[in-house]
Amino acid sequence: MKIMAKSRTLYDKIWDNHLIQTENNVSLIYIDRHLVHEVTSPQAFEGLREAGRKVHAPKKTIAVPDHNVATTSDRLTNFGSEEGRIQLETLDKNARDFGINYYAVDDIRQGIVHIIGPEQGWTLPGMTIVCGDSHTATHGAFGALAHGIGTSEVEHVLATQTLIQQKSKNMKVEVSGELGNGVTAKDITLTIIGKTGTAGGTGHVIEYCGNAIESLSLEGRMTVCNMAIEGGARAGLIAPDQKTLDYVKGRPNAPKGEKWDKAVKFWKTLFSDPDAYFDKEIFLKAEDIAPVVTWGTSPEDVLPITDFVPSPDNFQGSKVEAAKRSLEYMGLRPGQKLQDIEVDAVFIGSCTNGRIEDLREVEKIVKGKKVKSGIRAMVVPGSGLVKKQAEEEGIANSLKEAGFDWRMPGCSMCLAMNPDQLLPEERCAATSNRNFEGRQGRGGRTHLMSPAMAAAAAITGRLTDVRDI
Amino acid sequence: MEKFNILEGIAAPMPLINIDTDMLIPKQFLKTIKRTGLGENLFFEMRYDQNGNEIKDFILNKDHYSKASIIVGGANFGCGSSREHAPWALKDFGIKCIISTSFADIFFNNCFKNGILPIIVSEDLHQILLQDAEMETTSIMKIDLENQKIFRNNGNQLDFEVDEFKKYCLLNGLDDIGLTLKSANKISSFEKEYSDKFSWS
Repeated sequence: MKIMAKSRTLYDKIWDNHLIQTENNVSLIYIDRHLVHEVTSPQAFEGLREAGRKVHAPKKTIAVPDHNVATTSDRLTNFGSEEGRIQLETLDKNARDFGINYYAVDDIRQGIVHIIGPEQGWTLPGMTIVCGDSHTATHGAFGALAHGIGTSEVEHVLATQTLIQQKSKNMKVEVSGELGNGVTAKDITLTIIGKTGTAGGTGHVIEYCGNAIESLSLEGRMTVCNMAIEGGARAGLIAPDQKTLDYVKGRPNAPKGEKWDKAVKFWKTLFSDPDAYFDKEIFLKAEDIAPVVTWGTSPEDVLPITDFVPSPDNFQGSKVEAAKRSLEYMGLRPGQKLQDIEVDAVFIGSCTNGRIEDLREVEKIVKGKKVKSGIRAMVVPGSGLVKKQAEEEGIANSLKEAGFDWRMPGCSMCLAMNPDQLLPEERCAATSNRNFEGRQGRGGRTHLMSPAMAAAAAITGRLTDVRDI
Repeated sequence: MEKFNILEGIAAPMPLINIDTDMLIPKQFLKTIKRTGLGENLFFEMRYDQNGNEIKDFILNKDHYSKASIIVGGANFGCGSSREHAPWALKDFGIKCIISTSFADIFFNNCFKNGILPIIVSEDLHQILLQDAEMETTSIMKIDLENQKIFRNNGNQLDFEVDEFKKYCLLNGLDDIGLTLKSANKISSFEKEYSDKFSWS
């Protein structure tokens, strides 16, 4: 009799491949890629030194400064702050002392860690990828199990190339149908969070599927997976397909020759079996997704751009108080038309939307137009290579002519650790991923949206339906 | 890591939902390369005004609650970034236990790595504990990790669940890396087999 293997999800398969042992419900999993940046790693390296430990697999460890780097052209001499300088210097020293892969700030390949991982071919299907940053979920777009870890775990991975984990539950988010005009990957991912809430995915790994997801480019898929964490999930995944292979092929650290063929053969087995079990399932129709913006201080505060600022009374339980607080912080009143909300600043960039396709979308909207007078509009490419490509394609010129400030790559105003910050009560249309209080600067007010929508807001000076441009 | 067994202390009520890591410790304090000294900036923007003066209404600025070692917090506590600076700041301030109906995943893990016990309770228990915390006279609680009990000020005992392995590590103040390295042979034989099979990785 033939023994049938148990049906497994994509997450189950990756988990099984990396499982070293399970004892008392606690598992040790093997890590393929460890991405490191300057903010969450100094204490981990310090821990290694104190214990006299080495980095277990330096070739699988990749470091790049991104969170704290200045985005001005004089950044090699002007660090923004003395503490920032020390943090960069510390990463530099740690990378060299421990012999790990490193893209220094003066390297054209430097950029946001989640942009350069895929760009350099470190991110491959079926891998386990961790980083001391919650947006590590981005790499899930390749069918890799990728998630953020804390600094103690960074130290643990550095020392052992393994991570202590408990297996998460499986959650499926299926988006089927055809996306409407002006609707992008960002609108999909924000709409999902709006529907499930910021804790909707807690304890789960989300697999995004359905033909609307399949229709996205790899860059779009990265945008979707990037915000899995805002939905509370440990990680987001999309099964690899031909588009994935095409994206990966020829990248500097992707396999070549025989190894490539062997890898492709394996990667083609990376999908959820048809009858695999999901603990939670969410279904969305692409036709029901509109260009959206956030109105509050939680990424779940999502509404179609055609809508109105809600009243706290529309909510229940503890969300009533939270909504009240959000509206007060955001300086908005219930019933206000979202499209009447005027902005002071526009931020285009981040690991969510700092890639070349994002910049192309922005160019489409702003080419031949001008940023509304008085608006501070900033573009921060996700990496040196994205910046270079945008300059070669003429995007940089169009954007500069329109009045955008064209910056050096980094995380910048997404988390505002460097001097790129909002002023109190300054309102920003942002392509980043978090609209928390103070996220982009103390008292700053963030509305999250797609690059096209943020570009439209730059032109009109208010939240704008991109379909009207 | 410091051992955690019995904690008796003041519980501060913070019923706001989605208390995120940017609230716990804003970005300007992430430039440090140390784990210590973050406590004075815990909840920075809620705790101090633009001029750096304490905001009197903020719970942890009130005389009684400034000595809190427990927070009874709203749902989805610790959402947002993976910054371990959040538990470092809590610990440095003196918080050793957080009670909520739910926690964000990474924050939850980060707490255990720093000797902080996050306890998940039902909505009903949460309401009771929140009410206790709100009154200074009933805000002192005792947490017994070994026996998985919360002792209310009126003597009532409430049970809570905790993962066995995490409990064991907290009770004994164990360092994960040391534990994992006990399996070093297993890791290296796995690694060998793995790199033969997935030669491109």
